[in-house]
Amino acid sequence: MEALATIARVAAEAAADPAAEKATAAAASAGYAYGLATLGPGIALGMIFGKAIESMARQPESAGMVRTTMFLGAAFTEALALIGFVAFILLKFA
Amino acid sequence: MNSISLLAFELPPINMLLRWRDVLPTVNKVVLIGIAAALIGITIFLLASRKDPTKAPKGSRNLAEVIVEFIEKQIIMQTMGPSGLAWTPFLLTLFIFIYLSNVPGVIPILQMPATARMGIPAALALIVWVVYNATGIKHQGALGYFKSVLFPPGVPKALFILITPIEFISTFIVRPFSLAIRLFANMLAGHLLLVIFSLLSEALFQARDRILIPVGVLPFAVLMFLTTFEVLVAFLQAYIFTVLTAVYINMASHAEH
Repeated sequence: MEALATIARVAAEAAADPAAEKATAAAASAGYAYGLATLGPGIALGMIFGKAIESMARQPESAGMVRTTMFLGAAFTEALALIGFVAFILLKFA
Repeated sequence: MNSISLLAFELPPINMLLRWRDVLPTVNKVVLIGIAAALIGITIFLLASRKDPTKAPKGSRNLAEVIVEFIEKQIIMQTMGPSGLAWTPFLLTLFIFIYLSNVPGVIPILQMPATARMGIPAALALIVWVVYNATGIKHQGALGYFKSVLFPPGVPKALFILITPIEFISTFIVRPFSLAIRLFANMLAGHLLLVIFSLLSEALFQARDRILIPVGVLPFAVLMFLTTFEVLVAFLQAYIFTVLTAVYINMASHAEH
């Protein structure tokens, strides 16, 4: 309870100062930016790896080709999430 | 009182996490690691090339042969086919340099992947951009290359208003940008994760409240797991960068049909 009270007091102090308020808003939106950026790529990565496993189990002899294509698809999808991460870094530190 | 007083946990400024200190003006830890990566790669392959090729491979030659075989079988044959084997030296250089720049992220004392700063990935992506465009112009001619990229055959004429700007942006702008961002952001994210969990373990192990000290085992376990994960990521990012380069070169050297 004491910790919660401390957090609340620090937050109240921060809200009083305009520069600190701006920094708090930037930190919060950085969190939202990265959180939202992970949603779509997260689902997409699951689908890519799931489908790749399915096709490798169905045709083990084509596993090499499927694996390369899977990494390609994963790399393209991952880039979206990583751009979200870069936005996070820019909001937080720049 | 500005910080919460339960723990002495405070993230140092980003400049300190990524820069260490300047040895000479503009020469810092990242530059030294980059130079070391280049020198180590060159040394391994020079030593390997000195050995007698007729005998069974040993030591550095064994290592070099494994890497070359990996590049040829797993990257070039899977993406470009036998006609791409002439690209082995270029892709091998890329792979070795990126891997050796990534791996210091998990080596104790060094603890900094050189690719976690934008400079090296951006320069590598620029080199790849020049190489695949030059390959396209060399194989199809300047006019033929731009025609096959911007006006792909088999598309109804009316759709070119839509397709051409998209193809232009995706081929000439987004490709090198995403290539650089992918490598940079992956390594930076891994580095920051390791920093945060090691600082958190340290803060918990040194907490004033005695109850908090055993809790420090949890972030420490996560730190160990993340370190092994980073070993995988260092390899995977070098692999993905090389595969994508191979795919781009292959796309540029054959006209789409």
